[in-house]
Amino acid sequence: MVEQNDNRAVYEVACSPHAREEINTAGIMLDVLIALIPLVLAGFFVFGVAALRQILYAVLSAWVAESLFNWMRGKPFSLKDGSAAITGVILALSLPATAPWYVAVLGAVVGIGIGKAIFGGLGYNLFNPAMVGRAFVMIAFPSLMGASAYVLPNSTVDALTSATPLTLLKMEGVLTGLRALFLGTTNGSIGETSALACLIGGIYLCMRRTASWQIPVAMLGTMAAVSALAVSFNLLDVLRELAAGAALFGAFFIATDPVTSPVTPKGRWVFGVIVGLFVMVLRKLSGYPEGVMFAVLLANAVTPLINRWTIPTPVGGPVPVRK
Amino acid sequence: MNATLNFPVKGTFARGVHPADGKGLAADRPIEVLPAVSQIVIALQQHTGAPCQAVVVPKQQVRLGEKIGDAEAFISAPVHAAVNGVVGRQSVVTLPNARHVKMIPITAEGEQLEGRALYDEVLGGEWPIEKLEEWTPQAIAERVRDAGIVGLGGAAFPTSVKLVRNEKKPVDVLLLNGCECEPYLTADCRIMIEAARGIVAGARIAAKACGAKDIVVAIENNKPQAIEAMKTAAEGTPVQVAAVETKYPMGGEKQTVLAVTGRIIPTGGLPLDVGVVVINVGTALAVARAILRDGNLTHRVVTVTGAGVHTPKNLLVPVGATYRALIECCGGLLPNAARIVSGGPMMGFTVGSLDVPVTKGTSGILALTDQDVRTSEETQCIRCGRCVDVCPLNLIPTRLALAARQKEWDVAKRYHLMACMECGCCAYACPAGIPLVQLIRMGKVQMPRK
Repeated sequence: MVEQNDNRAVYEVACSPHAREEINTAGIMLDVLIALIPLVLAGFFVFGVAALRQILYAVLSAWVAESLFNWMRGKPFSLKDGSAAITGVILALSLPATAPWYVAVLGAVVGIGIGKAIFGGLGYNLFNPAMVGRAFVMIAFPSLMGASAYVLPNSTVDALTSATPLTLLKMEGVLTGLRALFLGTTNGSIGETSALACLIGGIYLCMRRTASWQIPVAMLGTMAAVSALAVSFNLLDVLRELAAGAALFGAFFIATDPVTSPVTPKGRWVFGVIVGLFVMVLRKLSGYPEGVMFAVLLANAVTPLINRWTIPTPVGGPVPVRK
Repeated sequence: MNATLNFPVKGTFARGVHPADGKGLAADRPIEVLPAVSQIVIALQQHTGAPCQAVVVPKQQVRLGEKIGDAEAFISAPVHAAVNGVVGRQSVVTLPNARHVKMIPITAEGEQLEGRALYDEVLGGEWPIEKLEEWTPQAIAERVRDAGIVGLGGAAFPTSVKLVRNEKKPVDVLLLNGCECEPYLTADCRIMIEAARGIVAGARIAAKACGAKDIVVAIENNKPQAIEAMKTAAEGTPVQVAAVETKYPMGGEKQTVLAVTGRIIPTGGLPLDVGVVVINVGTALAVARAILRDGNLTHRVVTVTGAGVHTPKNLLVPVGATYRALIECCGGLLPNAARIVSGGPMMGFTVGSLDVPVTKGTSGILALTDQDVRTSEETQCIRCGRCVDVCPLNLIPTRLALAARQKEWDVAKRYHLMACMECGCCAYACPAGIPLVQLIRMGKVQMPRK
């Protein structure tokens, strides 16, 4: 049907561009949730229903906390952007399967509230909310979050009957087989045990450009370099260092949180190197067997500075100074 | 890629975006001549630079190609009557770029050059250039100015200014821009197919004027027909054809020059600073017409396209015809037309009404629907960095835009606000729907100059 359409005296006026890529923030968040599926499955296979229960507690609490803080701040509800769910899932995956329900609940509420809402909500937070929540419960409940809390000697779940690979290495000098580390049949936080699952999800994220590939490459590369030069110049030991603990989970899912990592390409490299260095320092020199959480939080703190130091030069050079 | 080019042709530049090209709507439609119109409106400033003053009086009879307005300034170009007719009373018109400029209406009267004869005059026939020796470089530049030729790619910068030789900045490359990287537009593609010999002739004339040794036509590789036609026409001439990657904003001067010659235009500089003159393929054709056929710039090819228009077409139209006349010739708008854009979707200007005259810089009229525009609610920046990943100039658009919004001029300066060329890749790619380039544009205007 041809219609002259002249009844429309005035057409909409707007500034260019008049086209947009088919993509939105919720889509990006959905991508992260999709990438987390292999980790959730691996957690379920290794730790059973306890893993799913932990995720359920954390996600529900994150949603409630997000809504509550939005209501208090007089902001519209923002659950549909998916970011609260991601905080919940990542927090749960970073907890031991043995932790009681209130650990996940408190972690999620503190992560969303202190970690995100008080800074102004999504996009304004300085620190990774899930890691803020985890740091809180780790300090509040040392006996429920410490290395010994991961072990349930009489459990029917195989993985829970022995200490985590990094604890075994630190305390007893026992090496865990690479095959077990790769598949994830070891003790540890719910999402971190399977290197395979982390790699599948992480590579998906990088290929979708949802996570910047520079951060995991820089972080894991730095860890490998430090491990090879300062600990053991042996390929198997280096691989073990990367596959054990939360290194892969942290590299692909925690350090890559766009809000709390640098936005400049060079800054992403710097950020990854800093996280990698901190992880190795904490693993080798601190009292904790693992250091991804503190390393990410420390690097988050310097992100604004990294951004400032790594402003790229425009193609064609800086703007000439007017005389 | 042409192997004999004596500089490294990478054929691409870093970053950029790949929008849906929409060129299929009009690419295969041969150029049609717009049926004679009863009235045209000649804006007295259709170009970058000084406005023209009228040199005609009301009720004066004018012939096609007769001068209507001219200016003394160096950076300017005269305007000409695009029909035979009678001059009306000077008034004011608002152009798509929101400038209110003086205009002179001309009512068509008597015999008009139309149909096939008009097509042959502007686009068709042979373009022999045996008599080029008679023209000195200076004479060519003067004739180009007299003919009112400005860049036909959209920016409408007076071409004679580019062709005048500059002792301090010698030129060795003339780059013909046939990239047409804006989605939907196909006017340049069509003239390369239908008037390739004219473009080659115009290129050789322009090269003589500016002193370039190498003449290269850059065409995006999504136009194989145009590349073929230009290669055939260029055979046996010094003109070479370089196929470059299809990527927005390949047609931006900085990007084309980089992709073809490997040279980087300094920020705030011109192609001239690296020894290159860039002109659009349509401009080259206009140069050929001015020198070889003594014709002034009175007509141009405009793509009328988009999902909101009944029959997309490439039209040869007189400068000054209204958008309404062009759209009517294409069967009118469909009920779903939401935004009417002058130019392409990435950098074009919207018009509020159809009673706007075609100017020398009008490359296309695009009727977009709501689905095309995809407006959505703006959400908070999550610093995903997609704008950074697409910025062809290696800027951090999110910082620039938010600094501009907050008027934090020290931050804006630190992040090189004035280096932005406003291509719009950032706003295109932003998942949060933040009007990045729009904010940056505002900031560039508002930032205190010091």
